[in-house]
Amino acid sequence: MPTPRRHHWIVRLTHWCAVVLILGMIASGLQIYGAYPRFGRRGGTLYPNALHDVTFPHWARLGGWLAGGLNWHFFLMWPLMLAGIVYVGYLIVSGEWKKLVFRPRDVPRALAMQKYYLHLSKEHPPQGKHNALQKGAYTFIVCLGMLSVLTGFAVYKPVQLSWLTAIFGGYQLARYWHFCAVWLFVGFLIVHVIMVFVADPASFRAMITGRYRGRYTRDEP
Amino acid sequence: MSRKPTRRAFLASGAAAALAACGWDGGRHGRPLLADISRFNDWFSERLFSETRLAPKFDPADRSRSFPNYHIAAMTPRLADPAAWRLEVGGLVRTPLSLTVDDVKQLGTERYTVAHHCVEGWSAIATWAGTPLRALAARAGVLPAARYVRFDSFDRDYYNGWDLASAMHPETILAFGFNDRPIMPEHGAPLRLYAPHKLGYKLTKYLTKITFTTDRPGGYWEDQGYPWYGGV
Repeated sequence: MPTPRRHHWIVRLTHWCAVVLILGMIASGLQIYGAYPRFGRRGGTLYPNALHDVTFPHWARLGGWLAGGLNWHFFLMWPLMLAGIVYVGYLIVSGEWKKLVFRPRDVPRALAMQKYYLHLSKEHPPQGKHNALQKGAYTFIVCLGMLSVLTGFAVYKPVQLSWLTAIFGGYQLARYWHFCAVWLFVGFLIVHVIMVFVADPASFRAMITGRYRGRYTRDEP
Repeated sequence: MSRKPTRRAFLASGAAAALAACGWDGGRHGRPLLADISRFNDWFSERLFSETRLAPKFDPADRSRSFPNYHIAAMTPRLADPAAWRLEVGGLVRTPLSLTVDDVKQLGTERYTVAHHCVEGWSAIATWAGTPLRALAARAGVLPAARYVRFDSFDRDYYNGWDLASAMHPETILAFGFNDRPIMPEHGAPLRLYAPHKLGYKLTKYLTKITFTTDRPGGYWEDQGYPWYGGV
């Protein structure tokens, strides 16, 4: 039986590159964080931070020391941005974005989907390639990527790009949002991996081989 | 079907490599690659740099109550005989100079209250007063072949190198004043390099010598792996 093709090779390649690169960015970022593990100007008010003065364990850091962390971070940022641009560019050119972008009409569908996951309703709501909650998650993660790039540049060049730094509330707040993005990435990663294996394990293979043999094949060609 | 185990092996090895990488600075083979990328980032940063863009200014009331300082010598470097101190200006210049602090001050004063950015991630606001380096460069007559500037200090062997464009920016100064007072030894007395558009480690304190060169100088931290350009 022919199995439907689900993910273009560009999507699969950028997906797995992003996995490795995001983990590297987080690990090198945690190394950098250790050099000044707080937010706020010297001699001023600090922003609330549950990880104030925390040193992350050795296994969670990349680079060995501040300079190493910086060099990794400023290296991996390029291929990661490239992967993001190629992925979003592919979605736009192919028209795939229509199946992924979360729109206002997806709000009631997302609620119905949430009820199903919480066992409050027995019927799996009808869906296309992705259900409304997935659309929400995948739209969110692209926006989070963009936010990370922008806050990253705001921290990297607070004088040359001072207008950008000002948008985020200044240098220390830009660092703060950049750090918050890390935990949203980590949260997404945990939920994403759990959902793949609990809700639709066939989607894991589909992201590797491109072919989907699972249950939700309604609109596949 | 037969390709799948290979893919799995590939993914597994990727994950293993990512795990093994933690706490790792690149090793014997990775470090040179990272250094090359860092040079690319220097180039990228030079493209972002504007010779006319000025740093955001703050009100003196916003000054930080504390302003960290550091030096690499065991003790705060102090001049045994301040009267004997001279700033030597040489290299690719028409007129090599040997100046006292007062000689430098004669060349003009620039004053601003700006945010200081440390590579570590902290920032602090202070008011700095100093002579624009480009006034000194004009006095010495920098030759067209000069592309870099080297700054030496008496804080052990601390030194630094800058690109000429950053050095000739109107806000690059030789500072002798900090928060409306003469600069203290903690902050680099009698004269230190200052600019709001560079990270703190590029701002050589305890200056002794300024040399215009064609070759890119290294630097105390840069030689150990910190980004060379260090612009913000």
